[in-house]
Amino acid sequence: MIEIRSLVKRFGPFTAVDGVDLDVARGEVLGFLGPNGAGKTTTMRMVTGFLAPTSGRACVCGLDVGEDRIAAQRLLGYLPEGAPAWPDMTPAELLDFAAQARGMDRAARRAAVGRAVERVQLESVLHKPIENLSKGFKRRVGLAQAILHDPDVLVLDEPTDGLDPNQKFEVRRLIAEMSEGKAIVLSTHILEEVDAVCTRATVMAKGRLVADGTPADLRAKDPRHGAVRVRLVDAGRAGAARATLAELASVSAIEDEDGALICLAAGGASPADAIYATCREHGFDLSELTPLEGRLDEVFRELTGAPARGERSTVGRTTEEAVR
Amino acid sequence: MSGARNLWVVGKRELRSYFATPVAYVFLVVFLLLAGFLSQFLGQFYEGGQANLESFFSFNIWLYLFLVPAISMRLWSEERRNGTIELLMTLPITETQAVLGKYLAAWAFCGVALALTFPIWITVAYLGDPDHGTIVTGYLGSFLMSGAFLAIGSMVSACTKNQVIAFVVTATVGFVFILADFPFITGVIDAYLPEVFGQLVRSIGFMTHFSGLQRGVVELPSVVFFGSLIAAALYVNTLLVAHVKAS
Repeated sequence: MIEIRSLVKRFGPFTAVDGVDLDVARGEVLGFLGPNGAGKTTTMRMVTGFLAPTSGRACVCGLDVGEDRIAAQRLLGYLPEGAPAWPDMTPAELLDFAAQARGMDRAARRAAVGRAVERVQLESVLHKPIENLSKGFKRRVGLAQAILHDPDVLVLDEPTDGLDPNQKFEVRRLIAEMSEGKAIVLSTHILEEVDAVCTRATVMAKGRLVADGTPADLRAKDPRHGAVRVRLVDAGRAGAARATLAELASVSAIEDEDGALICLAAGGASPADAIYATCREHGFDLSELTPLEGRLDEVFRELTGAPARGERSTVGRTTEEAVR
Repeated sequence: MSGARNLWVVGKRELRSYFATPVAYVFLVVFLLLAGFLSQFLGQFYEGGQANLESFFSFNIWLYLFLVPAISMRLWSEERRNGTIELLMTLPITETQAVLGKYLAAWAFCGVALALTFPIWITVAYLGDPDHGTIVTGYLGSFLMSGAFLAIGSMVSACTKNQVIAFVVTATVGFVFILADFPFITGVIDAYLPEVFGQLVRSIGFMTHFSGLQRGVVELPSVVFFGSLIAAALYVNTLLVAHVKAS
């Protein structure tokens, strides 16, 4: 449904998007992750025809957006970053305008606006000027506009930004509901959102895609994925336990964390059973034995070049020492 | 077909937005008060003792100079500042449709303001026996000239997010067009530059082109001048909108 080929966008000397290739199929909900300035919004703007690429192309349902912008935009719903809207219009007027611009006749407009309004629950503010609405309602006006014509391809730039937890939940439910039969791309900073709605996640950094896979694939990139946290009743024996556990074949390395031992998996099966058996054998009484999952935020930091877990704590310590 | 439809859709939204805020009403009241005031006190509409609207039309150009930029300054600057340009240009609407639709809405609004000066026509018809053909031509000429100011303003407004800048630049450009055929400008040019420059500058002067029309003489070159000025400004306007989108 969406095909992006070697997409590049330069603004003067600055390369915002640097050769992105991406395909999104029907039924997929693609989460677009990345720090601010990574090129997510620029990529979305090129897919939706707002920006022209410097080179490469973006196709929507087989239509090249650069060559056939209008035809592609008919098939596309787009929520721009920040959900811009004319402040002096009411949601009813804005949605009616968007429906007219999409060539619907009066009856079709009424039906489409009614359906979109119901889906994002805008009824209560339908006739209030948008400038007087809360951030959450403004975002929902933008969402309603994007889904108005029930498009095959939906591009949402930070759809849950500025919403309270209940509203976020509603929007995620809405996206999940609509995902069947559509290709949906959404950008977000909120990693939990990827688990909540996305079937696939990509990470962008400095204009390039640095990871692409299911949320579980991404999580598995964390070195602590599959690790086991072990805490002893008698903290004094931690050193002895550490030496013993380090010899296990299923444990690749052991890290300390708040008096607990983090036994990293050597790959393959979880080391939990072996650790438990070894500890019983050597008489180490356990107060905790917790299998760990990889954390998306750690993977995200690793991929996007921010200091990861270990490095950050080192930096913290150095600063503390310097202050002393 | 869908092109004309989109013009209408864009234009209707634009026009409605004028009346959603006090902008439209303030503009209309100021325009009508000033039009009446200037023609009566400075133009000696009554004392002149002539049954025509020359004293009224001759001040229209000065009114447009600073009132039209007040309308045109928001056309694209505001869309850029609000980010709504992204909403507008990701709907299936072409740059040309968006530029023309917004322009025509603003021009229609100028037309409404001009049409609301009709009491002065009634007054002159009541007091004397004017040549109505001349008055119609004068109105059309005035409308055409407002369109030229507006097209320049729309183009300038696409260059900036700042409405104040759009206003000032538009008014300045308009002022240049008005001054172009004033003797103190053309005199200097004639004195120092080859004759062709003087002719060129004179030919873009709004005053000359409008003065024929306001006296009831439909001079084709003047109509073509205003028409092509509008077309050129709007063409550049669409390029600017496309460029703004691209960067």
